[in-house]
Amino acid sequence: MRRFVPHLLYALLCLLVVFAVQSDLLNAYLQLIIMFMGVNIILSSSLNLVNGYMGEFSVGHAGFMAVGAYITSVLNVWLFTSDRVFGPAVLPPASVIYLFPVTLLIGGIGAALVGLLVAVPSFKTRGDYLAIITLAVNYIVKSSIENIQGIGGARGFMGMRNVVDAMQDVADIPWIMLWVFAGTGFSVWIIYRFVNSTYGKGIVAIRDDEIAAEIMSVDTRRMKITAFMLSSGLAGVAGGLFAHILGYINPGTFTIMKSTEIMVMVYLGGMGSLSGSVLSAIGFTVILELFRPLQVAKWVVIPLLLILLMLFRPEGLLGNRELTDVFPRLRRILAPQRRQA
Amino acid sequence: MNLETLIQNFLNALQWGSFYALIALGYTLVYGVLLLINFAHGDIFMMGAYIGFFLATFLLGQYAFALPLAFPPQIIFVVTLLLTMVLTAFAGVTLERVAYRPLRRKGANRLYVVITALMCGLILENGNLALLGASRRNFPQLLSNTVYSIGEVTFSDVKILVILTTIGVFLLLEAIVRKTKLGMAMRAISYDRMAVPLMGIPVDTVIVFTFALGSSMAALAGVLFATAYPVLEPYMGALVGWKAFIAAVIGGIGEIRGAFAGGFLLGFVEIFVAAFFPSTLRDLIAFSILLVFLSIRPTGIFGVARATKI
Repeated sequence: MRRFVPHLLYALLCLLVVFAVQSDLLNAYLQLIIMFMGVNIILSSSLNLVNGYMGEFSVGHAGFMAVGAYITSVLNVWLFTSDRVFGPAVLPPASVIYLFPVTLLIGGIGAALVGLLVAVPSFKTRGDYLAIITLAVNYIVKSSIENIQGIGGARGFMGMRNVVDAMQDVADIPWIMLWVFAGTGFSVWIIYRFVNSTYGKGIVAIRDDEIAAEIMSVDTRRMKITAFMLSSGLAGVAGGLFAHILGYINPGTFTIMKSTEIMVMVYLGGMGSLSGSVLSAIGFTVILELFRPLQVAKWVVIPLLLILLMLFRPEGLLGNRELTDVFPRLRRILAPQRRQA
Repeated sequence: MNLETLIQNFLNALQWGSFYALIALGYTLVYGVLLLINFAHGDIFMMGAYIGFFLATFLLGQYAFALPLAFPPQIIFVVTLLLTMVLTAFAGVTLERVAYRPLRRKGANRLYVVITALMCGLILENGNLALLGASRRNFPQLLSNTVYSIGEVTFSDVKILVILTTIGVFLLLEAIVRKTKLGMAMRAISYDRMAVPLMGIPVDTVIVFTFALGSSMAALAGVLFATAYPVLEPYMGALVGWKAFIAAVIGGIGEIRGAFAGGFLLGFVEIFVAAFFPSTLRDLIAFSILLVFLSIRPTGIFGVARATKI
């Protein structure tokens, strides 16, 4: 029973927040920040899988996010709302509450397939060259979306607000926030299970020594494909949620700046540390909001912070350690099954 | 496509490729010596263009206060070009001093240096935006920009100047790297980083020289670019910088010949893509070529694969 304590705690936290929203304790701005925290947690933990655990250097995470965001949004607008471009709703709008996770998942799968574009060249190249490939994929995705006029091209795509409204019509609860909580919990859980499984240890082995891992019968190619597809797929899910939080997306959102933002979160939290990624995603979202009055100068201060971090604590806040390693007492609550080993 | 249009596009591609080649040089020089991708280089190019802009307007007497004497524009152009190269070289060396050297001294992982470089680029871009505002600036016209035409082919003297300068720079740099002592030291560092300091070669001096050389070439490209396309904005270096980086990689990063070959190749691809397809596809095709190229031949045209020791 104690195995499920962390899950229950998380569910309790989510319920608390939802109740707070329902009883008007949290204003719209705070709700928005909480939802962005969730999206950022998915993004940073999924990038950490590639950059931290596998030791690659992917700089184009926003590209995968864009794929997921566009696929999910277009599907939802096409299926559940009557739109000028796509015509009347294909399915009854009320069914959106059941089918939203499905479209989210389809967006994730689409992003994972684009992730193959990076995974396949990664067999031959590593390090700097792979970084360039991920960057190129980011630009290719952005540029392709700009050239598809059917989904708005460079003008962007909107109509997700109607999808959210369709959900609200069924029951007046903060649906998107629920999906964000579900997505966040799912991503952290799946990454935790993956990197702690015997199979998943293979990616850490690849980081430490690829050739040795190969000799120790780790199927490096398959491992790389799995890691890249999982990471980009989760980024796609995050993108789908992001699109529905904002209600409007355009290709300019998913540039190298967005990718850099995600990278900052990963390196702030520490490479190869899942709890570090989660904490830094929460902290970074708050910092970003606190710096909002700085306007453009925000983008001078944030890179400066990261440079100072690289100089004085390059391994990040929790480099390769988990929260339970820093505070062993937490282990009793968060990871009790480990003590039996 | 008839012959005239072909020649016209050929000339345009040569000019466009020249900019890429000049910027790609900075990437390739630094990579050759330090094995560091200096992601801030595109923004050094932007800085070069801005420094050139301020110098030129100052010398023309349009900025701050009017100078007591007026120079002819050609002299101003030459003075601006040289001063900009010197000042931008200082900027590049400062970047190396402040950001990269402390990390190198600490023996930090190369990844951290690359991230620092990316962040420095962002700081330069957004610092410029915060300080100078988002308004675009017009580079003053210093050269007459006369347009000659032979048959249906037209070309301006700026175009010819850009192409000739690039070829001159190529010859000069090849001479520096192959014939001088400093060039020999640069090649030695890229060949074996551990042994070079033991031979009494001052590594830091060589690195500073490399950064100065690369940055001044970026400044040259910046001023020439601003002369040809006289609109300046803080993010002008970002996309051009990435493209130049692609050029350096396609040519084989670390090779001067590669930077030029890659730069001109990319210039040709982009101009001829724009000639046959809608020009919005230009970036898409350029980056796709990079992707395919790197998957097939990761070391580029002239690059040699480094063997990894087990």
